[in-house]
Amino acid sequence: MNFLFEPLSLVTFFPLLGVLALLFLNSEAKPAIRWTALVSSLLTFALSLWVFFFSGQYNPASGELQLVAKYDWIQVAGWNIRYYLAADGLSILLILLTTFLTPISILSTWTAVQERVKDFMLFFLLLEVGMLGVFVAQDLFLFYIFWEFTLVPMYFLIGIWGGPNRLYAAVKFFLYTMAGSILMLLAILWIGINGGTFSVPELIAQGNIPADIQMWLFVAFTAAFAIKVPMWPLHSWLPDAHVEAPTAGSVILAGVLLKMGTYGFLRFNLPLFPQAALQAAPVIGWLAVIGILYGAAVSYSQKDVKKLVAYSSVSHLGFVMLGMFAMNEQGITGAILQMVNHGLSTGALFLLIGMIYEQTHTREIKVYGGLWKITPVFGSLMLIASLSSMGLPGLNGFVGEFTILLGAFGSAAYGSYWFAILSAIGVILAAIYILYMFQKMFLGPAGEITHHHELKDLNWREIVTLLPLLVLMFWIGLFPQPFFDLMAPAVQNLLTVLK
Amino acid sequence: MFLSETVLNPIFSLAPWIVYFPVIGLLLNIIFGGWFMKHTWGETAVGAVASLASFSAFVVAALLAVALNGQHGEAALATVAPWIHIGTLHLDWAFRVDSLSTTMMLVVSGVGTLIHIYAIGYMHEDVRFKHDIARYRRFFVFLNLFIAAMMILVSGNSYMMLFVGWEGVGLASFLLIGFWYDMDTLGRPSWANSNAAKKAFITNRVGDFGFLLAAMMMFWKFGSTDFDLVFAKVAEVSHHEPWVILWITIFLLVGVAGKSAQIPLYIWLPDAMAGPTPVSALIHAATMVTAGVYLVTRSAPIYMLSHDAQYIVATVGAVTGLFAATIAVGQYDLKKVLAYSTISQLGFMVAAVGMGAFVAGMFHLMTHAFFKALLFLSAGSVILGMERGHHHAAHHHGGHGDHHEVFDPGDMRNMGGLRKTMPVTFWLYIIGTLALAGIPPFAGFWSKDEILLDASLHFPHVYWILTAAAFLTAFYMGRQIWMVFFGAPRHEAAAHAQESPLIITLPLMALAALSVVGGFFNIPAEGFHQLGHWLMHTIGEMEIPPFSLTVAGVSTALALVAIFFSWLLYGRTPLKTGQPDPLKKPLGLLFVGMENKWFIDEAYKFAFIDRYYDLADFLAQKVDWDFWHEWFHNSVIAKGFVGLARFLADPIDLGLIDRVSHLLSDLVSASAGGLRKLQTGFVRSYALSVLLGVVAILGYLLLK
Repeated sequence: MNFLFEPLSLVTFFPLLGVLALLFLNSEAKPAIRWTALVSSLLTFALSLWVFFFSGQYNPASGELQLVAKYDWIQVAGWNIRYYLAADGLSILLILLTTFLTPISILSTWTAVQERVKDFMLFFLLLEVGMLGVFVAQDLFLFYIFWEFTLVPMYFLIGIWGGPNRLYAAVKFFLYTMAGSILMLLAILWIGINGGTFSVPELIAQGNIPADIQMWLFVAFTAAFAIKVPMWPLHSWLPDAHVEAPTAGSVILAGVLLKMGTYGFLRFNLPLFPQAALQAAPVIGWLAVIGILYGAAVSYSQKDVKKLVAYSSVSHLGFVMLGMFAMNEQGITGAILQMVNHGLSTGALFLLIGMIYEQTHTREIKVYGGLWKITPVFGSLMLIASLSSMGLPGLNGFVGEFTILLGAFGSAAYGSYWFAILSAIGVILAAIYILYMFQKMFLGPAGEITHHHELKDLNWREIVTLLPLLVLMFWIGLFPQPFFDLMAPAVQNLLTVLK
Repeated sequence: MFLSETVLNPIFSLAPWIVYFPVIGLLLNIIFGGWFMKHTWGETAVGAVASLASFSAFVVAALLAVALNGQHGEAALATVAPWIHIGTLHLDWAFRVDSLSTTMMLVVSGVGTLIHIYAIGYMHEDVRFKHDIARYRRFFVFLNLFIAAMMILVSGNSYMMLFVGWEGVGLASFLLIGFWYDMDTLGRPSWANSNAAKKAFITNRVGDFGFLLAAMMMFWKFGSTDFDLVFAKVAEVSHHEPWVILWITIFLLVGVAGKSAQIPLYIWLPDAMAGPTPVSALIHAATMVTAGVYLVTRSAPIYMLSHDAQYIVATVGAVTGLFAATIAVGQYDLKKVLAYSTISQLGFMVAAVGMGAFVAGMFHLMTHAFFKALLFLSAGSVILGMERGHHHAAHHHGGHGDHHEVFDPGDMRNMGGLRKTMPVTFWLYIIGTLALAGIPPFAGFWSKDEILLDASLHFPHVYWILTAAAFLTAFYMGRQIWMVFFGAPRHEAAAHAQESPLIITLPLMALAALSVVGGFFNIPAEGFHQLGHWLMHTIGEMEIPPFSLTVAGVSTALALVAIFFSWLLYGRTPLKTGQPDPLKKPLGLLFVGMENKWFIDEAYKFAFIDRYYDLADFLAQKVDWDFWHEWFHNSVIAKGFVGLARFLADPIDLGLIDRVSHLLSDLVSASAGGLRKLQTGFVRSYALSVLLGVVAILGYLLLK
């Protein structure tokens, strides 16, 4: 029973209390259901803040895994599977991002989700449990369970509350990610059986996987993570899932689920298979560069604004991969920060698009136009989110992109300036597609929809939903140092392993 | 705040306030502006808050300059907070106070304040002509945003902090060019203005790309992007890896070409005239576009080490100077002429700093800020006068003429004879023109002469190109004066034009005074050269070439000849309504080129813009969607899988395979009939089973 009262167990499973409470509520009591979900996710957020910053149990100056909860679990036939949770500088920001974005997403469904509210909230809170589990699990087997578990609620969130083509998107999302995971499962079993343990820190400490086998395992893990990120060219499921998912689903999908892929690379691929990672760095680097440029170009040509933002994720996540496989301090730190940044800026963009979609029921860019004049608050917030997304200095996106580019420029693992130079072109292309979107929707003369609808500007609930994201955009843009300080020791440790 | 002060004189700790004041101004107007605007005094309050914010920054800049003078120009730092510290990368929010940065601060906030005041009057009328009074407040918010960003640009202690301001002013420029984002310059519903804004931002991003690469290279080669640390190592790096220096200077030049509108990235600046006239004056003439000149001056220790780099920069500047001047000759729009003139004058400055004549470049930057701001604002006054005249005429013809007839108040072919109706503006314009044309003793003469003098000594090709450009400058300005202010009105709006009120003309008078006496900031005589000695505290000792009567005499004579030519063509027999430009016939195709800006926009559209759009479209529709999404994933993988499953299921029909494949193919084709299943409480039970699963796992752990 003790394992449940470990700090990280409490954080991870706290949303289940909300689930439990929801089961006792009448399906028709929509406000009560919404409030229950919101309050439980807010409490989870508060709890995560408390555990990391106020409980005195987490020392941010240490690079070691902390808040360790380690219990034997399945110990049969020589298998050594543990219930093993812990956190460090690599995961703390992602845990907080998850607990931070969940209540915001729930708040965004207040009026948007009217059908089967109770089921929606059940799945949403279950999804949060899965995501948190992914970020805290330090046992490969346990990680895999959480990893696969997240598919289920997301599948239903897209499949039930999604757009017209939702089932296609949901099935594709499910099968595509599942396919990648199978290879990872095989690799996990191989490691666990041969290494005598599934615990990642122990495996890293052993560090005796032969170089030729490392590459096979690296590839197997990459299959799962690269699809999730998604790295070019494995992104085909992303536009479907993003476009069809309900707003809150898109926010969580872009904000957190994609980060499970990049986090996987960071937590497992780099330290477990350092030689293979070093060898593969240029290949991953080039795929990242292609993703950055390809995603940006394809975004520019989209007619559907949600699709535009979806493809921009391919470009942004390319930056994350580029920084990570630069394998130096600037690159990896920038990559972790950029995971958070992408969650904030893309999350905000999806929220904003959802807010206008709720009124107009169309996402076609060209029917808008002149929105800024009619809905000035909406337009101004959209502008800030757009600028954040295109990396304007002073906002969060720039800090991440710059440190990543800087890391790539001087990366020994890449050994060429071209990675950074070509990726920097992505900064120009980002301005092109973002400004295209902003201009066609918000500037210019009033379009069809703008003209004929009585469009309302954002209400207070919507502003409150967005405000935390905006505050963080400025905070990280102007004073990112507290965030860097949180991850610096762990990044140092990771670099020692890589050397 | 995270304070870590490293300040000598307490005055220097005020440095960040040059940014804080405009930020406070814009926040006040964001928060309280809406409430202000509900009152009759609202506009005045909004304008006053913004102007006062800019003026406070000016006062701080002046205090800093005085304090700096007190310690003989030795640079001081005010570090406010850390920005990005990762490993050896140390970027701080640190303000640098030295003679170069304070000079820029004074120009920016000084001219900026005058333009803020002017805008109170200008925007009052502009928002009424464009029927959107609510946008008045937004204008001043953006204007303060610009001042804040520009102050970061000129006072940052590292290339990266400079870059924050660099992109920040780009944003302010985007917002202000697209200020009337739902119309064109004539107020008709259109995409034109927002296109111009977008063009400016994207072109500048191309420049920023170069800047970023330069900064990254600096970090890896010099270990820092702080000015002092970079400059401390340039000699060493230049010795071992000279190519590094050359590439850094070239990358920086790309940035300069973007921000300071040089070939090949100048194309955005003429379009930027879509912004309200105070914006054209402040951002696109006096301050922001000179950031590139500041950047090269700031990087003097790097540029001085590479003669190749100097040669390239000087040539780019000189060629831009002449090229843009030829286009200015063929324009009919009052502001477009001034825009191309600005590009041309920026070419002079860039050429100067490229040659290593940093003092001359900065001197011209300063005088140009005075007289070009004066010219733009006077042009704004002319345009407002024409609008008033048009309004007046329309009223006399029944009151609704202004909504139907397309009238361009900025087209010089509609003007003529304005010296009678707008005498104050006329005289102000004359002063600006004489200063720009380089007639002694006006400010422009002195600064331009220094550039030409330096070129004549070290870079003869630059001298010849710039002399030709100077000749054209005097010519197109003369052409403008004759067309606008002399002859008879060619439109009834010009006939009924009305002079602007004092709130508009008063700031102009201040600028006119500066345009007259601005040359005295750097008198070319033994014992003077005040600006030179002041700047040398920062850029190091430089040679000061002695004043040359030949260079000065030749350029003055050429300017007078050019003005005489312009009188012959446009003054002696004034243009009639509908008459083509008198240069058209003698110059033929050449004039067609000038008139059409040498078709560069069209060429760029064909070579880059359309190509990129086609590529993006091809990748998105054909590659990503048709091939990858539809064909490969939906046809090959999905159908292939279903086909395989059927093949295995039907002919072989093994019980196990049969069941599995059905399960899978059902899942794949679930889109058909799955919906109904999902809606019959199946989900609830699934959720419950998931929960039970979790409970079971937990239970196992508990009971173990």
